[in-house]
Amino acid sequence: MSTQALPTALAEIVDDFQALSEPERLQLLLEFSRGLPDLPERLNDHPELLEQVVECQSPLFLTIETEKNDGGSPAFRLFFKAPPEAPTTRGFAGVLHEGLDGLTAEEILAVPDDMPELLGLTRAITPLRMRGMTAMLGRIKRKVAAAARLYA
Amino acid sequence: MSYPVEQNEKFAAYAHPERLVSTEWLAAAIDAGALNDGKLVVVESDEDVLLYETGHIPGAVKIDWHTDLNDEVTRDYVEGEAFAALAAAKGISRDATVVIYGDKSNWWAAYALWVFSLFGHEDVRLLDGGRDKWIAEGRALTTDIPSPAVADYPVVERNDAPIRAFKEDVLAHLGKPLIDVRSPEEYTGQRTHMPAYPEEGALRGGHIPTAASIPWARAAAEDGTYRSRAELEALYLGEAGLTEGDDVVAYCRIGERSSHTWFALKFLLGFETVRNYDGSWTEWGNAVRVPIAKGAERGSVPAVAVR
Repeated sequence: MSTQALPTALAEIVDDFQALSEPERLQLLLEFSRGLPDLPERLNDHPELLEQVVECQSPLFLTIETEKNDGGSPAFRLFFKAPPEAPTTRGFAGVLHEGLDGLTAEEILAVPDDMPELLGLTRAITPLRMRGMTAMLGRIKRKVAAAARLYA
Repeated sequence: MSYPVEQNEKFAAYAHPERLVSTEWLAAAIDAGALNDGKLVVVESDEDVLLYETGHIPGAVKIDWHTDLNDEVTRDYVEGEAFAALAAAKGISRDATVVIYGDKSNWWAAYALWVFSLFGHEDVRLLDGGRDKWIAEGRALTTDIPSPAVADYPVVERNDAPIRAFKEDVLAHLGKPLIDVRSPEEYTGQRTHMPAYPEEGALRGGHIPTAASIPWARAAAEDGTYRSRAELEALYLGEAGLTEGDDVVAYCRIGERSSHTWFALKFLLGFETVRNYDGSWTEWGNAVRVPIAKGAERGSVPAVAVR
């Protein structure tokens, strides 16, 4: 699979990871974990609006919202919540946030399911954790697909 | 023992008080400069591979259980040469006192300690309560990565037999005490994986026949420290029915939670012969021609197992 199939922002992230040595990739993932934005107040006050991705080894909650877009198809906004003591999970969330936030349903649904494998972390991070990120992407796509049907 | 053993009332009741240190003890030792000469080395070993980088005990080095302690090709631990190289690079000499701590009530720290024990490292201790307790007490953290002077570590052949059980050993052991430390749902066979880890499953659900169910977390208090000797006795001698001198095998899913129980049985209660079956349920639940039991009952040794 090449990065050409990916949305621009995500393709750039994958390229960044692939250009690095393995220890540097972990460092970059750590930066993504630090860069994950906090939840907005309205969601912080309503944790029931978020869904837990149970496949992750640490607590990870997410939700999506749609936003009107001049281009026609609505843009999807992604929101994640993961504790600071789960930096790997936060890092994955950070990658997906930076790579997918603000895209349309069509763009998000076109992301290959095994995209996390492209980050080159499968040796440094256990398969179990990588599946956690795959599950996160899967959950986002399922939610986006369900929401997109409302606009079809 | 290169470093004085911590004296306190809780530890004194354990069979091997020299195997634990408290957060107070470690903080005081670090303040007194104990890490400067390499005689005391603090190791962090976590489930989350990035946690150390977000902040760790000043001077602590990181050992990644997955990439540092496992052989890449064989489903086995590293051999003597790789272990010696790892220890040397982390500034650990053979006679150093090693204090290990980690996340999630020290699961992976206990696992790393168990691997150190396979190599016969003499003085290796756990920080009672681990990373969470250190942080909860507001103690110092740093993101500075130490670069310890390379230490001398001899190439020591791993000696698995005393503390590690393989599938064949467990088959031969059936009828003697077994402790299953997984969740009750995994034990009964209601689920084939641990809660919140749905994909790390096995073909069949249940437990090794005759194993007693004592989930690992019951050996830990709210703050992640080990329970007192009296509480541990109530659990393992009372509930599980172990008696002094028993030959015990503990297992879980991949051997990390059972390292935590192995530590409690071996060093806190003083059972001489305790082995950790690290193949655990991921192997047993998928293996051909091994018996399992389902439900809450322990089950009996099936005749078919005695081939």
